[in-house]
Amino acid sequence: MEILMAFVVGILFMSATYLMLSRSVVRIILGTTILSHGVHLLLLTMGGLKGGAAPLVGENASSYTDPLPQALILTAIVIAFGVTALFLVVGYRSYKVLGTDNMEKLRGNEGND
Amino acid sequence: MINFLILPILIPLITGVLLIFANKSIMLQRWIAGLSAFMTVVVAAMLVQKVKNDGVQTLNLSNWDAPFGITLVSDMLSALLVLTTSVVAFACIIYSFKGIGEEREKFHYYAAFNFLIVGVNGAFTTGDIFNLFVFFEVMLMSSYVLILLGGTKIQLRESIKYILVNVISSALFVISIAYLYSVVGTLNMAHISVRLSELSGISQPGIVTIIGVLFLIVFGLKGAIFPLYFWLPGSYYAPPVPVMAIFGALLTKVGVYSIIRTYSLFFFEEAGYIQQLLIVLAILTIVGGLIGAIAYWDVKKIVIYNIIVAVGLILFGIATMNQDALTGSVFYLIHDMIIKAALFLLVGLMAAIAGTSNLRSMGGMIKRYPGLGWTFFLAALALAGIPPLSGFVGKLLIVQGGFASEHYWGAAIVLMSSLFVLISIMKIFINGIWGKPRAFENEERVPYKKLLIAPVILVILSVCYGVGADFVYPYISQAAETLTNTNIYIDAVLKE
Repeated sequence: MEILMAFVVGILFMSATYLMLSRSVVRIILGTTILSHGVHLLLLTMGGLKGGAAPLVGENASSYTDPLPQALILTAIVIAFGVTALFLVVGYRSYKVLGTDNMEKLRGNEGND
Repeated sequence: MINFLILPILIPLITGVLLIFANKSIMLQRWIAGLSAFMTVVVAAMLVQKVKNDGVQTLNLSNWDAPFGITLVSDMLSALLVLTTSVVAFACIIYSFKGIGEEREKFHYYAAFNFLIVGVNGAFTTGDIFNLFVFFEVMLMSSYVLILLGGTKIQLRESIKYILVNVISSALFVISIAYLYSVVGTLNMAHISVRLSELSGISQPGIVTIIGVLFLIVFGLKGAIFPLYFWLPGSYYAPPVPVMAIFGALLTKVGVYSIIRTYSLFFFEEAGYIQQLLIVLAILTIVGGLIGAIAYWDVKKIVIYNIIVAVGLILFGIATMNQDALTGSVFYLIHDMIIKAALFLLVGLMAAIAGTSNLRSMGGMIKRYPGLGWTFFLAALALAGIPPLSGFVGKLLIVQGGFASEHYWGAAIVLMSSLFVLISIMKIFINGIWGKPRAFENEERVPYKKLLIAPVILVILSVCYGVGADFVYPYISQAAETLTNTNIYIDAVLKE
């Protein structure tokens, strides 16, 4: 099972890398979300995928799945969600102000003050 | 009081929350932000004294025992860095009163600033690797807001790149934590250290070295070391001056601190390979930064590339791993945080007066602004490491340590780097402050005297730090001692 998941994570990382190397800002943001999916899946996989009950004490099972990676993923998901929301707004705003979503054209040297 | 070490995190956090509600009145915001920044400095200074007297301070949150809950650990290195952070933050807040502009102040500038300090102080104090990630994110999120606030063209353009690089490095951080967790099965840093040393007793697992290099890539992206500093010059150029100062002084140093912490605690067993890698990267970082610092005729760019040089210097001291060089690195780290903030504020003031940051269209500022001129001169000498000033002791110890460990080439490059740093910074002094006086368009609008207060405070501190090196030395050597002897840290956390 872990080997299968490793391949899935690898494919996710591959697509994310490909998307993040493209020119359009929206594709780059899609790349970052796919990257974060891959990361969360990797975190779950590396915690171990052995059988066991859901980590609820009421289940009265003999063994449970590891609750720690699940808590870590939950934290990482909301952080990634916040950053993605901000990133999307920045992409939108910069399209409005700069008039392009092509990273090639987002160069320049002029200062702020 | 047992909760003492959480106060440098808690005070800015509460202040930040309060400031969100107080955004209507600018004066109220300034008072709250200024007072709480001052309180943080006082508390951090008391914390340093407490660590000096009673040894490493630990706090198990919610009373869960060490490997199971989150532990906050304040050893001398963390406490000193928290104190320096608070001082730099205080100076930057004072500068912001006049330097940032009311439009930005209305839109939660001080709140974001305080959350940035929460992230930095938390990252310095935490004893849990995933909690370190969370504090990194707190810091980075606030830095995204600060780099964007105002929404000018250059800010939008550069913030896309800045956010992208940091999203990728955060993802890599989680990947490294996932690998590390599957190898050792714990997240508490002291416990990881114990587990890793048990592992390497049996057979040297290559996976630990790989994780070590992964952590180096992650923290190298945050801390701007050689092949990974490409994002820094553009991004740090975009935000307004006080934000630039706080970024330059604090953000990369958090990456450097994390490298110091992880390498002294986790990967010292694999010293051979990672140490060689770190030394080579540190030297290349110094050279890369120097090339940039010499090449540009833009005052901000010159100081930005000097950040990279300093990161390389500190890492070289860390990588040589002997007592002298480590002490020197800690010395230099604190010096560099103070002096970089001061230099950014001074350079920003020059650029504000001249209306441009291009060095070729400045000149003769010493005639009308002698205070600015001489403060800058002192700061420049301190940066280059001229003996009575603060950069000297750190660099001396790093070079001594380098020669003692027979890294002759590295130590020679560290020595040479001082010369080039001096050239790059004196270029600003000679062309911008000396020379033929010119009339500048902006000078009436700049509240020069009020803006000069913050950098003068920082430069005075830096001079005291250099002249009073004898007084500071016991603190610094205590910090370096916990780095070479990890048992002090581990015993304090796990209470065996």
